[in-house]
Amino acid sequence: MNKDEYKKLVDKLTPKENKKKNAFWAFMIGGLMGAIAEGLVTLILKCFAVSEVEAYQIVCLIIIFIGCLFTALGFFDNWVSKAKAGLIIPTTGFAHSVASATLDYKKDGLITGVGANYFKLAGSVIIYGIISAFIFAIIGVIIHG
Amino acid sequence: MNILKAFVFSGIVCFLAQLILDNTKLTPGHVTSLFTVLGAFLGLVGLYDKFFEFAGGGASVLISNFGYQLYDSAMIGYQEMGILGLFSNLLAKGSCAIVGVVIFSFVLMLIFKPKD
Repeated sequence: MNKDEYKKLVDKLTPKENKKKNAFWAFMIGGLMGAIAEGLVTLILKCFAVSEVEAYQIVCLIIIFIGCLFTALGFFDNWVSKAKAGLIIPTTGFAHSVASATLDYKKDGLITGVGANYFKLAGSVIIYGIISAFIFAIIGVIIHG
Repeated sequence: MNILKAFVFSGIVCFLAQLILDNTKLTPGHVTSLFTVLGAFLGLVGLYDKFFEFAGGGASVLISNFGYQLYDSAMIGYQEMGILGLFSNLLAKGSCAIVGVVIFSFVLMLIFKPKD
């Protein structure tokens, strides 16, 4: 079997994902996450004497906690594979990647397992976030003075 | 009404992310990093402030918000302390998400066993 034939066979056997359905679910679930966050912010501002900034931070922590908890309970992987970007782009995706990495490497011990692999997946978000924020801040300083 | 705005905004962003994910060879890791960088960039051009005013929680729940927070606190740091502030204040707002995710997943890791 030469390369072309092999490529054809791979293309034939790779399951075709339904792009429209994926995009629809990403929109619905992603939207739902935003709506939940907005609802929680409104609720917290009404019930507790906190500033707006604090309310957003509390909601951020709640959503991260829920993401970690559901990952630890084991059913979040299925949700992520269904909703895809709908759960990956919100902060839940960030929480999911860290929580699943820590759980997966628990058997390798606390230092070489958990500690070394903590940010295996979320590391790129933090690193490139810091690098880009630093560069853009320098550009911002040059532009805005 | 605010909830509807939040729904539409974060829905559209996730929709765009899904389009990128489906039509290119990028992995979810690439896309989340891309959207973080994009958030910082939108902070630079002053668009993310407007998104935040429009969508509130809808803008705060996205990973782009993390990038925006980093950019925003770097700028605040520069205004307060100059170049040194860029280094010392960059993580100020983003600290909430990083520390939260570290502490929560560590505690949960001690309690739960991995399922496969």
